[in-house]
Amino acid sequence: MSAETKIWDFPGGIHPPQRKDLSNRTPIQQPPLSRRLTVPLSQHIGATAEPCVTVGERVLKGQKIAAGSGFVSVPVHAPTSGSVAFIGPQPYPHTSGMLSPAIVIDTDGLDEWCALAPCADFRSLEPLALLDRIRDAGISGLGGAGFPTAVKLTARPQQKIHTLVINGTECEPYITADDLLMREKATELMVGIDILAKLIEPAEVLIGIEDNKPEAIAALRAALGERTYQLRVFPAKYPSGGEKQLIQILTGREVPSGGLPADIGILCQNVGTAVAVHDAVVLGKPLIARITTLTGEALARPMNVEALLGTPVADLLAFAGLDAQKMDRLIMGGPMMGFTLPALEVPLVKTTNCLLAATRAELPPPPPALPCIRCGECALVCPASLLPQQLHFFALGAEHEQLKAYNLFDCIECGACAYVCPSTIPLVQYYRAAKADIRELEQKHQKAEHSRQRFELREERLRREEERKEEERKARAERAARAKAAPTEAAAGPGTPAAPAANEEFKRLKIEASMAQVALKKAEKQLAQHDTAALHAQVAELRAALEAAQQALAGAQADAAQSAAPPVADDAALKKAKIDAAMLRVQIRKLEKLEAPDDEQQAELTSLRERLAAVERTLAAAPSNVPAPAPRPAGEEALKKAKIDLAMKRGELKKAEKAGADEAELTRLRDALAGAEQALHAAEDASGKPAPQLVRTDKRPIDETTRTLKTTVAFARADLRKLERDANAEPAALAAARERLAEAEQKLAEQQRP
Amino acid sequence: MALPRITSPHATGSNRTRKIMQLVLLATLPGVLVLTWLYGFGTLINILWASAVALGCEAAVLRLRRRPVGFFLRDCTAVLTAVLLALALPPYSPWWLTLVATAFAIVFGKQLFGGLGQNPFNPAMIGYVVVLVSFPVEMTNWPAPRGFEAVSPTLGLVEGLQRILGFSAGLPDAWTQATALDVLKVNKSLTIAELWAGNPAFGSVGGYGSEAVNLAFLAGGLFLLYKRVFTWHAPLGMLAALALMSLLFWNGSGSDSNGSPLFHLLSGATMLGAFFIVTDPVSGATSLRGRLIFGAGVGVLAYVIRAWGGYPDGVAFAVLLMNLAAPTIDYYTRPRTYGHSKPERGFKLGD
Repeated sequence: MSAETKIWDFPGGIHPPQRKDLSNRTPIQQPPLSRRLTVPLSQHIGATAEPCVTVGERVLKGQKIAAGSGFVSVPVHAPTSGSVAFIGPQPYPHTSGMLSPAIVIDTDGLDEWCALAPCADFRSLEPLALLDRIRDAGISGLGGAGFPTAVKLTARPQQKIHTLVINGTECEPYITADDLLMREKATELMVGIDILAKLIEPAEVLIGIEDNKPEAIAALRAALGERTYQLRVFPAKYPSGGEKQLIQILTGREVPSGGLPADIGILCQNVGTAVAVHDAVVLGKPLIARITTLTGEALARPMNVEALLGTPVADLLAFAGLDAQKMDRLIMGGPMMGFTLPALEVPLVKTTNCLLAATRAELPPPPPALPCIRCGECALVCPASLLPQQLHFFALGAEHEQLKAYNLFDCIECGACAYVCPSTIPLVQYYRAAKADIRELEQKHQKAEHSRQRFELREERLRREEERKEEERKARAERAARAKAAPTEAAAGPGTPAAPAANEEFKRLKIEASMAQVALKKAEKQLAQHDTAALHAQVAELRAALEAAQQALAGAQADAAQSAAPPVADDAALKKAKIDAAMLRVQIRKLEKLEAPDDEQQAELTSLRERLAAVERTLAAAPSNVPAPAPRPAGEEALKKAKIDLAMKRGELKKAEKAGADEAELTRLRDALAGAEQALHAAEDASGKPAPQLVRTDKRPIDETTRTLKTTVAFARADLRKLERDANAEPAALAAARERLAEAEQKLAEQQRP
Repeated sequence: MALPRITSPHATGSNRTRKIMQLVLLATLPGVLVLTWLYGFGTLINILWASAVALGCEAAVLRLRRRPVGFFLRDCTAVLTAVLLALALPPYSPWWLTLVATAFAIVFGKQLFGGLGQNPFNPAMIGYVVVLVSFPVEMTNWPAPRGFEAVSPTLGLVEGLQRILGFSAGLPDAWTQATALDVLKVNKSLTIAELWAGNPAFGSVGGYGSEAVNLAFLAGGLFLLYKRVFTWHAPLGMLAALALMSLLFWNGSGSDSNGSPLFHLLSGATMLGAFFIVTDPVSGATSLRGRLIFGAGVGVLAYVIRAWGGYPDGVAFAVLLMNLAAPTIDYYTRPRTYGHSKPERGFKLGD
């Protein structure tokens, strides 16, 4: 027992006044229905949902009014029945006061549900069906960040989740939404956890909760029943509710820097999310309401409400008895990590866990900052074991390299350092600004780098193209020169350039040898008829001469084989082969760079490698002087292959386009296609065949009359169109034109009839 | 309705730099009282005069630097520097000595580096060392403490003022007296027992008088520890290192003895240094381990100077030397950040 329920501690942390009893003494209440709800389309991390209703349309409570677009997105549902009044930019709870696309619903007060599909026995559902239900219910994390839950739950095969952590910590001061939720919806929470556990099948489920919520702990204990989930209670300390800190408290392990909990086999879900999952799966209800704490001393009746998403913040605060005169700042979230709202006209969204209407006395503005005295208090309370004072100095000096070296990006912005700073330096603000600066610079740098690469690749491509053209031009000139030289060759004799001279010599020797042979044969014939000594001597002489001639010829042949550079045509083929090889290598490298190639890509890689080997073999063979015609069949082979390759690449691209692959993938495929095309051109050149044999179906021979008629029809049609487009055209002219067209068409039809 | 846009965190703790400085000032009270009881009003006059000089210098430089004068004077850091410096100077130091020391501490030790939080060296110790090396005679003029009225009477307020302003010429030669650390240092012939028996500078375990002063500063330091103004690391590091060094090089009780660990802990500026100087956050190391190393360094160096150096006490030099080393210590004691397998330590190219 003791070993299993061991609780770890995380370094640092603070104990700010909790102020939770302000709002946790009354049960969760239902605020009145607002006249108008503003439902933002992007209340989560990921792509904005796309509206699927139109202005004026009547919607029912729970009806989907915007569909998730893409994988990391969630749909949005109507929180109550009414009619769509407006679709477009509306105020959004963001500290910048920015507008965000939203659907505005005028409520009709009937609160009429659409048809729901409850499922009493979720165990009968397949995991995929469960995930679909969670996704369709529009659930994103209710703890704070608002990451789509279904995406988080989608199992990645390489990362087996062995521990499911349920976060009921709620460590921020003031906030009691999760506390009340656990008290009042413990049963639903447990079923929600059951569903999550069925989906990811973890080895253990840990429920983390701070010891300042005794009622919630008791309620969870009672609801736990037979389940083997471990309820782990630990001393309250801010920020124990941070995902990374909670994991450290419950398991003693740390999420690697820059990684996700899934990297160490842990998945974290908020209690609110688990209850939403229960509602979605068991009751079939989408996420249209959430429990929110309304608190702060500017409120007469601080409490928790279960409010419809889209309810204006002003309405909620009015329900809690806001004294606008007393309110100094309005915070969404807690006093440590929440952000101020610039106005009350914003709606409640999925991530709103608290609205804190604070008086000036409650959260006084900090005194002006003094210089840092390096007291090190901040380092003592930092839960990430950073050195906030060093980061502060580096942030002041915009020393980005140092900031990164001191792990600025491991800062979770919990605010503990700024809370304890005796000089009241707004440390977190410095870190946020520095992070934003660095991100922006990196983006710029990346963009510049990308442009540079594109530019260089383009230059390279142009250079290659130029080289190829130059090569072709040379080859053509060479061929032309040879063609010109051939007829005059016989007469030319010496004086022609070196290589032809050797050729000449060779030919001469050959002729001499054959002449000697003919003379010998003749002499032998004569010898057979008249056997005389003179003839004998002559034959012997001739034989010697023949032998000498043949020897000379053999010598010349050997010389030619050794010294003569491969003929020009052969040379060009060699170059083409080289280009081929280079291109193949580029393709292979491109494929090798892919992190997780699928089977198809693997296969392609293998085939490319084989081709490269083949080309390289050709290349290796070429210098050892394969007789001139040899590369030709190889070139043809490559041409065929290149053609097949091109077709395959084109097919792949089409398939990807149809499947809606992402831009990067498409770009890759397009590149591959372009590469194949180029390879084909190269192969065409290498094959030595008359360049692209454009296969065009020849037009059927057409007689003169038909052609004239066709032209007439076309003109008539064009005239008619023009008149039709012209609003002021006279009806008579129109009719005439129509008639003319009909006539011409008829004539053409008659002419074409066999 | 326009509501202010403020970034998180919205809640702030009650910790304030000014409050810390005031607490430290308060914690010097036991030491001040004991010094005043032992030597008369000299210490108090020193403190007042040094504070006035410090505030004047600070205000002048702030004005020259075009910084808000009132805002920075209220942070109490200048006064704290002045008080610590005044406590380290001999009572009844001439007025100009205090002036030079304090002005140097504030102007050169602190403001020229950029003011609060920017000084690499402890300003009080800078001021102290400047006058120690410049005016050695005045700096060794420690009056005889209470209980030695036979040697010299404890001065009253007026006589003290006269002495400080340089109007009283006719004091006896024996008015001043070597401290225990001094006596032990120059002693070549007597055993420890003989020294203790024969020399009035020695008290029960430390120097006569200075043991009481040290105990008073210890009490003040413990109060600050209790108030969590600083952590135990630097003081304990220094005291432990000093005790360990003096234990290792005690050398018995013969004439070449360097003194017992208790003697060293309760003599000279040990406790003032351990709880009020070494704990200065600005010029010390930042991380907990760094502070331990920093304190230990001060302890070792202080002992080295006491035992084998040219000065009877070495706390001030030791602190300045370790101030030099503090940034390096910080580089080597960086903590391991969450999610990283090992800490980044030491220097890298470009640092």
